[in-house]
Amino acid sequence: MTPDTLARLEAARAAKRPVALLTRLTDGAQLLHPGDDVPAPLAEAADAALAADAARGVEHDGATWFVHPHNPPLRLIVVGAVHIAQALVPMAAAIGYAVTVVDPRRAFATEERLGDSVAISTDWPDEAMAALAPDARTAVVTLTHDPKLDDPALEVALRSRAFYVGSLGSRRTHAKRLARLAEAGLTEAELARIHAPVGLDIGAVTAAEIAVSILAQIVAVRRGAGKVAS
Amino acid sequence: MQTEKVEDILGVAAAWRAEGETVALATVVETWGSSPRPAGSRLAVTASGRIAGSVSGGCIEGAVADAAQATMKTGAPQLLDFGISDERAWEVGLACGGKLKVFVEKLG
Repeated sequence: MTPDTLARLEAARAAKRPVALLTRLTDGAQLLHPGDDVPAPLAEAADAALAADAARGVEHDGATWFVHPHNPPLRLIVVGAVHIAQALVPMAAAIGYAVTVVDPRRAFATEERLGDSVAISTDWPDEAMAALAPDARTAVVTLTHDPKLDDPALEVALRSRAFYVGSLGSRRTHAKRLARLAEAGLTEAELARIHAPVGLDIGAVTAAEIAVSILAQIVAVRRGAGKVAS
Repeated sequence: MQTEKVEDILGVAAAWRAEGETVALATVVETWGSSPRPAGSRLAVTASGRIAGSVSGGCIEGAVADAAQATMKTGAPQLLDFGISDERAWEVGLACGGKLKVFVEKLG
């Protein structure tokens, strides 16, 4: 890899811009997409590899090219800087997620409670979520079980392309939540996307165990595992 | 951060190079059968002997690190082929029975 290619690849990664590295395996020639003048069939393969987040080989002009996507980290947005969030944040960071905690209650949303590996927003959840703009590489979990905070966040999350939306609360709490959100105009299909009670059923009791069950469910959904508890 | 040391091997390799090390990067580019690491998995090696990441469950890392030393000397990339029908893989023991190709390049 030339110093120039390495520098541009690292610059794209630092700026959290998706970029694919294409390598001709016969001689090591390399291109970046987007960035370089990449032949159309290879550019298409690069876009597909970025979308699927999976590397692949492609035949082009009599040679095999290795197409290696470099996507920015997956994101986790946690609404509620509560006790479970304190356990969830470092675990999510450890499996590679870029984590943002949203909580307008400044007494909770502090670096002292959440550590310095996390971004903190003290905006109201509807504004915070609109600014964070969840995409297909984002998971959203609400943990406050306070309708004033959870509901506006869920309204944005359920209308976004977020690959996972989970919401803490008992079945009773969740039934009331569904009624409120339906009243607010969310469709049945949108409401069906909420994972609640949140997390895989592993009998979790402590905050840390609940964090494990939530993260396990997020990973299962992300990786398309067959058995995903709703 | 620990996660980055475990998963972001390109970042580790770039940091080593910035420290003045000579660095080679090995990347899994094709797999068949029960290979334990998917295409795109990386191993970084320095001329001084530092190693990060993995391209298998530990079966072929030694052989890849040797090849990386050669690439760091010559600057020429290599495409290594490991599989159960390959004598070299028998030597280094790809016990999983998988097959894989690894591309080795000098960084910068």
